[in-house]
Amino acid sequence: MPKDHGIGASSKRREDLRFLTGRGRYTDDINLMGQAYVHFLRSDMAHGKINGIDTSEAEKMPGVIRIFTGKDFEGVGGLPCGWQVTDRHGNPMQEPPHPILAQGKVRHVGDPICAVVAESAAQARSAAEAIMLDIEELPAVIDMKAAVQDGAPKVHDELDSNLCYDWGFVEENKDAVNKAFEEAAHVTTLELVNQRLAPNAMEPRVAVGDYAPGTDESTLYTTSQNPHVIRLLMGAFVLGIPEHKLRVVAPDVGGGFGSKIFHYAEEAFCTFAAKAIQRPVKWTASRSEAFISDAQGRDHVTKIELALDADNNFTALRTETYANMGAYLSTFAPSVPTWLHGTLMAGNYKTPLIYVNVKAVFTNTVPVDAYRGAGRPEATFQLERVIDKAARELGVDPVELRRQNFVTEFPYATPVAVEYDTGDYHATMDKLLEMIDRDGFEARAAESKARGKLRGLGINSYIEACGIAPSALVGQLGARAGLYESATVRVNATGGLVVMTGSHSHGQGHETSFAQVVADMIGIDEGMVEIVHGDTANTPMGMGTYGSRSLAVGGSAMVRATEKIIAKAKKIAAHLMEAAEGDIELKDGEFTVAGTDKSVAWGDVTLAAYVPHNYPLEELEPGLEETAFYDPNNFTYPAGAYACEVEVDPDTGKVEILSFAAADDFGNIVNPMIVDGQVHGGLAQGIGQALLENCAYDEDGQLLSASYMDYAMPRADDVPFYAVDHSCQTPCTHNPLGVKGCGEAGAIGSPPAVVNAVVDALHRGGHSHVMHIDMPLTPHRVWQAMHQA
Amino acid sequence: MTQVTMTVNGKTVSGDVEGRTLLAEFLREGLKMTGTHIGCDTSQCGACVVHMNGEAVKSCSVLALDAEGAEVKTIEGMANPDGSLSTIQQAFQDHHGLQCGFCTPGMVMSAAALLKDNPKPTEREIREYLEGNICRCTGYHNIVKAIMAASGQDVGAIAAE
Ligand code: FES
Ligand code: FES
Repeated sequence: MPKDHGIGASSKRREDLRFLTGRGRYTDDINLMGQAYVHFLRSDMAHGKINGIDTSEAEKMPGVIRIFTGKDFEGVGGLPCGWQVTDRHGNPMQEPPHPILAQGKVRHVGDPICAVVAESAAQARSAAEAIMLDIEELPAVIDMKAAVQDGAPKVHDELDSNLCYDWGFVEENKDAVNKAFEEAAHVTTLELVNQRLAPNAMEPRVAVGDYAPGTDESTLYTTSQNPHVIRLLMGAFVLGIPEHKLRVVAPDVGGGFGSKIFHYAEEAFCTFAAKAIQRPVKWTASRSEAFISDAQGRDHVTKIELALDADNNFTALRTETYANMGAYLSTFAPSVPTWLHGTLMAGNYKTPLIYVNVKAVFTNTVPVDAYRGAGRPEATFQLERVIDKAARELGVDPVELRRQNFVTEFPYATPVAVEYDTGDYHATMDKLLEMIDRDGFEARAAESKARGKLRGLGINSYIEACGIAPSALVGQLGARAGLYESATVRVNATGGLVVMTGSHSHGQGHETSFAQVVADMIGIDEGMVEIVHGDTANTPMGMGTYGSRSLAVGGSAMVRATEKIIAKAKKIAAHLMEAAEGDIELKDGEFTVAGTDKSVAWGDVTLAAYVPHNYPLEELEPGLEETAFYDPNNFTYPAGAYACEVEVDPDTGKVEILSFAAADDFGNIVNPMIVDGQVHGGLAQGIGQALLENCAYDEDGQLLSASYMDYAMPRADDVPFYAVDHSCQTPCTHNPLGVKGCGEAGAIGSPPAVVNAVVDALHRGGHSHVMHIDMPLTPHRVWQAMHQA
Repeated sequence: MTQVTMTVNGKTVSGDVEGRTLLAEFLREGLKMTGTHIGCDTSQCGACVVHMNGEAVKSCSVLALDAEGAEVKTIEGMANPDGSLSTIQQAFQDHHGLQCGFCTPGMVMSAAALLKDNPKPTEREIREYLEGNICRCTGYHNIVKAIMAASGQDVGAIAAE
């Protein structure tokens, strides 16, 4: 019987009421008295030397208040990078400066050069057109492998080369891995591209800076997934504003998918300019601007090799990846191809020896950083594609090959530095096979064939590491931040609660699901719990929402704070009932004394806390408010099995997704409806990557797919109804809720299922030479693959 | 600047606009009705869909001046007169047809226009009709399901909530 409230119930989302009636409050809905508008004049060339900027005509244009250039930022810090990777030789990565407005050079199309502040957005735009730029075009490097050749143009003149780092993992295992390859009975090799994507949250980025001269306080309203992180980075590293004089508010945010984690130049600019002109300054990105200024995702080129023994056991894995950083290091960019990717190369398998090499490269393109899954989709795609290819080469069933190599005992320490606490990969695979009627596939394929279509089935497993945390561990790995989460639970005199969380909701429904948890713990109505997030002025220092960490880390902090509340409330209840504290039980919002019929209601206790007339004041402070910071001791490891069935039109190469099934193990579930929704969204993004999406640059560094005319977003008719299941549950062993995180799984696990399915379809159609097709699998690429010699 | 007058959600409103002002901008900035969203600059995303004289239009591709005298309905005018959610809005909540909420105003307005013309659309018809509305969060599953449910169809058999 599904629950109707509390943990495990599909409570309807309370935030929907404002979103469905047009009463959300997104950043662009904020308009401050006297606000001015900024328009950024951005580079239209990928690489160039700035010889001169003449703003004199533009300054005379109507409505112009002030025009800023790189000169105005000479004494100001650049955008900081939050993660330092150490290379194979023990040296720190090369870390170039990242100015707010270009200093001397432009390095990618979209690099901001000038900022025009005017009375209206249209006036700022018009004036920007009157700025005379003298920029000498320099040769650009776009291709990663070309960028690391001797004599390649350098993106940053002050660096030795375009190589950010050459990372080996685990360097000490390299020789043993190579030896295992020499001894292997079979080696499967695959070269593949994990193409660059644009995250495309539907709400473009917005920033509104405000300054109060009377108190010397700055406020930034911004479309962020982590306002405290922005406050710290911008305050301490860029503008030199102490945190107590800086407030960052991220109100309703229209999707993030990683792209709104990072600290961007426009945020620092609006905060800086508001003080400079003593008026609020607002910037709203157009979609075209988003395409050339939001951090993009993925962009790996990889060679992966899998070694097997004569019994088809995986004996070693070796990869070499080129990872594009773009022109500058975005906030967490260096961590994505390394610690969020290399550590996942074991997948669900007990491969004993693994060596991962990653070369991160600067190019004259938009910076790349975490996008839904961040490193884990890249790892999963390589691994699940190479296993499928191995199965094909060996003539064995791809599911059986996987099963034979599954990790089955937990905890399991992988050879790539992480320890899976729990899981059951056979269970999710069993569930998946039950969902898809694999036995009926041959009949379905025959039916397709009769219609002249090629049907294929792709199956894969995935594992990911999320609930991204342990501060101590990530610190060792180069993070310049902690990764705990925080919550303050404030109980009011009349019994209602406000939970102030460091997590941020931008579509995940925390206002509902977090309230379910707290209400369940106390046994009160969910409506009595209010969740507050997104404002540094009224929430404790938090690290924000990404890496599917909100419930696993932020939810755990909230549980800990609520436990402290309950412990104190029990003391008050014991006093009120003149009983021993140890005998007090809390159930359904009532405190009782074990073995008696005495009871006091939750509201009586909360009232006593704030009207402490009959109260143990000598032992206990009045009030009922607690804060907890939670820093877990491991990541969480959601895992599962995905299947995709496609039909390929052999005349056109067009792929149609007929069905997609996902069997996930997310541990315990708080709100199944929300979890399903998270998986659906992830699947659409994974299918989008597999079939449609691509940031295509030409050789001059122009982004060819820079609008929705050319960047193919998945639309409603590109995707099917999905079958999702999360009944396989191995609860996380190290957080109090036993939850694992579900935000990214769909995007991580789905691309290989689609590509496996298309390759399968082509083989069934007699195109047995096709071993791989690079994403996106457009009709053109599929048709070409079929017809290549 | 030219004065423009129209009816928005039953109320007569007017304001001064430039020739280039879009209806979406007039609603958001002139009237401070921020329920209508702007998600792109190429008329592709549908976040800005409103009804003009009963037809769904992308308000980012209509000049405010061209709405002179028009009857405009926006997401702010979709609830029942007593303030409760209309059938379509309620179905979106019941079936989790929204996550971040940014595409939602356009989705609801498009859905309402579809159901007016086609009271019992098939899954395929809904998916095709929503061609001009992009959602990055939901994967469309629950949006399609919500619209089917709003049209009175049994969605119990569709996999998962
Ligand atoms: S804002 Fe109108 S279609 Fe995108
Ligand atoms: S709900 Fe976020 S874009 Fe649709």
